[in-house]
Amino acid sequence: MELFGLPLPVVMGQIVVGLVNGSFYAILSLGLAVIFGMLNIVNFVHGAIYMLGALLAWLLLTKLGVSYWWSLLIVPLLIGAFGCVLERTMLRRLYQIDHVFGILLTLGLAYIIEGLARYWFGAAGMSFDAPEAFSGAYNLGFMRLPKYRVWVIVASLVVCFATWAMIEKTKLGAYLRASTENPAIARSFGINVSVLVTLTYGLGVALAGFAGVLAAPIYQVSPIMGHSLIIVVFAIVVIGGMGSILGSIITGLFLGLVEGLTRAYWPEASTVVIFVVMILVLILRPSGLFGKE
Amino acid sequence: MNTQATEKKITVAVLLLALVLPVWLYPVLMAQLACMALFACSLNLLFGYAGLLSFGHAAFFGIAAYATGYMTKAWGFTPELALLGALLLVMLVAFCTGSLAIRRKGIYFSMITLALSQLVYFIIVAAPFSNNEDGYQGVPRGAFLGLLDLGNNYVLYYFVLAIVVLTWWGVHRVVNSPYGEVLKAIKDNEQRVTSLGYNVNRYKVLAFTLSAGVAAIAGGLKTLVFGLASLSDVHWHLSTDGVIMMILGGIGSLIAPVFGATILVLVHHLLSGEFDALVPVIMGVIFVACVLAFRGGVVQYLHTLVRLLTRRAP
Repeated sequence: MELFGLPLPVVMGQIVVGLVNGSFYAILSLGLAVIFGMLNIVNFVHGAIYMLGALLAWLLLTKLGVSYWWSLLIVPLLIGAFGCVLERTMLRRLYQIDHVFGILLTLGLAYIIEGLARYWFGAAGMSFDAPEAFSGAYNLGFMRLPKYRVWVIVASLVVCFATWAMIEKTKLGAYLRASTENPAIARSFGINVSVLVTLTYGLGVALAGFAGVLAAPIYQVSPIMGHSLIIVVFAIVVIGGMGSILGSIITGLFLGLVEGLTRAYWPEASTVVIFVVMILVLILRPSGLFGKE
Repeated sequence: MNTQATEKKITVAVLLLALVLPVWLYPVLMAQLACMALFACSLNLLFGYAGLLSFGHAAFFGIAAYATGYMTKAWGFTPELALLGALLLVMLVAFCTGSLAIRRKGIYFSMITLALSQLVYFIIVAAPFSNNEDGYQGVPRGAFLGLLDLGNNYVLYYFVLAIVVLTWWGVHRVVNSPYGEVLKAIKDNEQRVTSLGYNVNRYKVLAFTLSAGVAAIAGGLKTLVFGLASLSDVHWHLSTDGVIMMILGGIGSLIAPVFGATILVLVHHLLSGEFDALVPVIMGVIFVACVLAFRGGVVQYLHTLVRLLTRRAP
């Protein structure tokens, strides 16, 4: 069986890989959007946090024997707490001044985290086995579908939509939206905006940490795994616009898919296709697919 | 004493130091420093005077680095012709990318420039002449106008210095021209400038293109100094290094990038070798410290210092 001149299993395989990448793009751009919406800060450290998530999962497994499943819970909590500390001690001072300082501070943090990880663990990748339950693959007749990849897509979608529901449908989410919209009025209604800001940052980076744990068994765990990823995620944020949460999720998945298909049909272009899409969007719809600008 | 006079004094001091320091310091290091200072100056032109923060200037530095190398080695161009060619090429590219990037404002602008520079990076990695990790090696320094051989490190340094100073003077003329005044006005209040009938986007694209041209001269000179254009010249780390050099130096002062560049080049230079692995960590600490504690930049302290030193003079 062939699809536009390529064997069907190859194309389907790349589509699945694309969707897996797309899930990571979705979680990461969602976290960026949540943080930007509330803190007005472009979180350059996001890629390093994603790496930190994978690295912590690997450390917990190899040094302490903590299983993947526990890591999936513990690592986001640890990273969320770390994020809260960062917000309280550093980011807090930057809300009133130019954007550039927020970018530079988080960029500096990314340098420090990635640099230290590289210093201690070297640049080589470390392998991390998928949990027992997901080690095999489903045989669909026309292709082999690794179970773990299905799990990644499902888990990311669940987390993304849970985050969306939390922000759009719950009371806490309403407080969050109110504080984003108009902090002064939210405060006058007795909402503790300052705590909400801290928690939002914690949530945003916890999402990146969660993505890191999910990614650990797929990619090798290495200190540079989030290094250039952050730029691709930035391009995705430009394409989708940071105004809409569902928008970030859909854009992330869609671009993962586009990237996967490009890798099947024109492998040389797969590293740049997202940037090319960004250029097209800028020409045709400058405010982004879901932008309100 | 007013700020402008202080600024003038600092500039004269920097120039004198730049002229005499090679007596004690390795001229190649000084030439590298001059290139990086000019690179930071290009970002300062864009951010300090037009309020546009580019995170993608490494693309222009890098394209010029490779183009200068290629034209010198493969086509046998003299250094000044190669620089001119690289400059035109980069300004053409920057006109296109700038026109795209200004379609969004603020933080999106910075992210777009970053993404576009990453696109350039991947294109250069894939290009047949770039030799991937090895870089484009063995670029001859050639002879200025075919007459003055740049093989000697001192000759080379003063050649680089002359071009850097000339370019810097050009930037000075631009920011103090009527055009520069409009740029500053756009930075302060874009809507008002639009309502006065200015085509703001044209001004922004021109600023972007000019700034990229300055970065291109820095990149081209760097290739002549080292005889090499490598992937680190197009990597986004160089863009962020440029931004931090500008901030470390101090925004809104034309000479300030020199100080930021000096700090960064020295850190890289002193830590390379034994502490190579820790360079990113130190850089990160500098970023964080700079943002939390020294947002005014080095130049602000220098201004105070100059005032203290000259207080007695009437």
